Amino acid sequence: MTVMPVVKTELSTKVFVRNLDFFYGDQRALKDVTIGLHTNKVTAFIGPSGCGKSTLLRVLNRMYDLYPKQRAEGEVILDGENILDPRVDVNLLRSRVGMVFQKPTPFPMSIYENIAFGVRLYEKLSKSALDERVEEALRGAALWEEVKDILHKSGLGLSGGQQQRLCIARSVAVQPEVILFDEPCSALDPISTAKVEELIDELSQRYTIAIVTHNMQQAVRVSDFTAFMYLGEITEFGETDAVFTAPREKRTQDYITGRFG
Amino acid sequence: MSLYGSRRSANILAAALCWAAAIFGLSWLVMILGALVYEGGKGLSLDVFTQMTPPPGAAGGLLNALAGSLIMSVIGVAVGAPLGMLAGTYMAEYGRYSKLTVVIRFINDILLSAPSIVIGLFVYELLVARMGHFSAISGSVALAILVIPVVLRTTEDMLLLVPGSLREAATALGLPRSYVIQRVAYRAAKSGLVTGVLLAVARVSGETAPLLFTSLNNQFWSLNLNAPMASLPVVIFQFALSPYKDWQQLAWTGALLVTVTVLVLSIAARTLSRQRTSK
Amino acid sequence: MRRPPGFPFPLGEWRRAAGLCVEMALTEQTFEDPGVDNLAKETHVSDIAFSGARAKSAEIDRRQTLGKLGLFDRLFHKLTWSAAVLVLLLLGGVIVSLIHGSLPAIRAFGFGFLASQSWNPVTDNFGAMAPIYGTVTTSLIAMLVAVPVGLGIAVFLTELCPTPLRRPIGMAIELLAGIPSIIYGIWGLFLLAPFLQQYVQPALISTFADTPVLSTLFAGPPYGIGVLTAGLILGVMVLPFVASISRDVFETVPPVLKEAASGVGCTTWEVVRHVVIPYTRVGVIGAVMLGLGRALGETMAVTFVIGNAHKISGSLIAPGTTISATIANEFTEAVGDVYTSSLIELGLILFVITFVVLACARLLLMRIEQKAGA
Repeated sequence: MTVMPVVKTELSTKVFVRNLDFFYGDQRALKDVTIGLHTNKVTAFIGPSGCGKSTLLRVLNRMYDLYPKQRAEGEVILDGENILDPRVDVNLLRSRVGMVFQKPTPFPMSIYENIAFGVRLYEKLSKSALDERVEEALRGAALWEEVKDILHKSGLGLSGGQQQRLCIARSVAVQPEVILFDEPCSALDPISTAKVEELIDELSQRYTIAIVTHNMQQAVRVSDFTAFMYLGEITEFGETDAVFTAPREKRTQDYITGRFG
Repeated sequence: MSLYGSRRSANILAAALCWAAAIFGLSWLVMILGALVYEGGKGLSLDVFTQMTPPPGAAGGLLNALAGSLIMSVIGVAVGAPLGMLAGTYMAEYGRYSKLTVVIRFINDILLSAPSIVIGLFVYELLVARMGHFSAISGSVALAILVIPVVLRTTEDMLLLVPGSLREAATALGLPRSYVIQRVAYRAAKSGLVTGVLLAVARVSGETAPLLFTSLNNQFWSLNLNAPMASLPVVIFQFALSPYKDWQQLAWTGALLVTVTVLVLSIAARTLSRQRTSK
Repeated sequence: MRRPPGFPFPLGEWRRAAGLCVEMALTEQTFEDPGVDNLAKETHVSDIAFSGARAKSAEIDRRQTLGKLGLFDRLFHKLTWSAAVLVLLLLGGVIVSLIHGSLPAIRAFGFGFLASQSWNPVTDNFGAMAPIYGTVTTSLIAMLVAVPVGLGIAVFLTELCPTPLRRPIGMAIELLAGIPSIIYGIWGLFLLAPFLQQYVQPALISTFADTPVLSTLFAGPPYGIGVLTAGLILGVMVLPFVASISRDVFETVPPVLKEAASGVGCTTWEVVRHVVIPYTRVGVIGAVMLGLGRALGETMAVTFVIGNAHKISGSLIAPGTTISATIANEFTEAVGDVYTSSLIELGLILFVITFVVLACARLLLMRIEQKAGA
């Protein structure tokens, strides 16, 4: 069953997924998924465990390429090209489509290096220019004040919330166009969660954002569009307010009201 | 009641036997190390480090043997460790899910525990027979073949321990595979990799059999890689089995030096790996 | 905002395009000239996007850099793959060279090599039976010592040892494993053998003098060195391996299982006997076989104390020889093709035996690793 994406004519679509199937070995995890992510909007993916939300997210930056038993069929169009095409330079793709993971994963390097690492890969900057970039990224992630004196210290020494913000700063520093968030707050305390949600809100002004979340209140707070997934299919998609106040499908209604999860 | 009593006795007996086993094992360690320190210590003097191996009946030292062991071990590790690390990297990173990796892991474990004398025979056939003479190069190659399985095993194990989430995070930035491996995975596994190399050096420092018919032995000072070279274990072998008292004394002292080297390296390796896990 | 097409780009056009972007942003940030590195004090994420416009000019640089890296990437991949395949080639090389080296002996003796006890360098008549017998016997004796003691130590370390002592004693056992075999050899030659010769062996000989089977087993003059001594030293050498691998295997038993048994009232020994050992049975057998593989292939510890006599004697106290001891002692002096090649054939036989034992051990241990991982 294909759900036609709600395409608002005044909004452009940054990423368009068409007839996507995904397989773990022989097992089909995503069934004929078609959906569009609007430019500079936040699209949330909700649904019970195992419905395929993270799987879908990981197709968008071809993360599944790392694992030989996983494959995707269909099309994912980013700015006119199908990124599933094997001829696409997957590293370049990932510099345009960034990802923040559930578990904060600072690299085993200093805080400065964590940010500079990715930047250095793509640009040759002088030391002072690099310093500025690092500062920009950390300010942007609301982390600068907390770490400006300990930039040389290991990223692993920060608290969970700080580490996650460091990971966000790191992703933003390479200047992507789309940022994917895979349950970014599930390992964080409420205060860090609030800070990260605030960040996502700001980031959406510049980037197209997709967020997978278990937390429905978070989806309501943060997203402009919501897709509800069930067993590998998109059951419902629309503007967040509409989906949560007047869902069209019964399953969506059941999930939102907590009948199952 | 008597059933319970007999169960209790069985328990006490078993515990006593286990304690006895532990004490048995530890006492061997004490006896061996004690004998080494005592007998080897008797011959310890500056001469050992400054004089060459003497003909029987004369005084001398172990300098050429020490130098030879050092040189061949260094070359062996310098050749074997990078090979082992690269192979381990392939198995943990590029080929993690492939059948080739399963086969190589199996083969590697066999090579790890294979009789080192057989490795010596292999290098003899490969190099010595072809070159027509014994040489330090052949000895180093034999040692390198012993180093590879150790380093490969620890490299693979350590790289496998690096969490997948870290790799994914690096990949998500757009880093190509080799970058992810070298800049992130190696860094994360750094102390484990060093441990592996230290363990390999420890292993190779004490090996005698593979050197017996590759580098042979050399009574004089020689740095010529294309000629036979003395090594500590081979000298110990030759001197200990001889009937000359002073040679036997040198053998003990040499044995003490070898053991100290191996133990220091092993302890260093273990302290490193413990530091990592305690973080 | 669409990526401005084509570079370099007239600056004004770029600014306009960027300006559109900033307007949509609804933030009140100062707008920087892309050419000037001058940041406003209050930076928001949107600013990074704006400097992104500046950096988008580096998009082409990005492609170029990644292109270059791609080449290095492929090279690195090939390099690691080659190193991995090298390991396979090594094993293959060992087997091939051993077979090649044994050919003269194989042609001379055929399968009779395995059954002949003679070892005569003068008449060039060689047989492997004595070395094979010695290898097998010393390894068996070694296992008789190493397995009970090793398992006992493993049980001790996992169950009985007071916790603060666990790590040091565990480390001590592993240090024992690390001591090079030549040390065991020299120690055995100078200290153990004389000791056995003076006290233990005469006692053994006289005690079993009248018992039917054992009198032949423990007969003969007490040399000190011999099959029994070699087996003993080998056993002490191998027991730390058995101990530490068994300990690792014992530690894979889930604590809940042991607690369940204790909860029913089992004594420590009963927990070990009925829970730990059955659970880890496969792994323990693997550990034992690994130890056996080591014992079979060991050279130095045995060469010093085996006595180097190429005959099979009924008594354990008599000297004998093992494959590795024979090769170690005679290879450098072997003259003639047949002699050398017989020694290499001995090496081949040894390799085959240890290969089989080690392969079985690895297969068994792989199974228990899978179980623990699952």
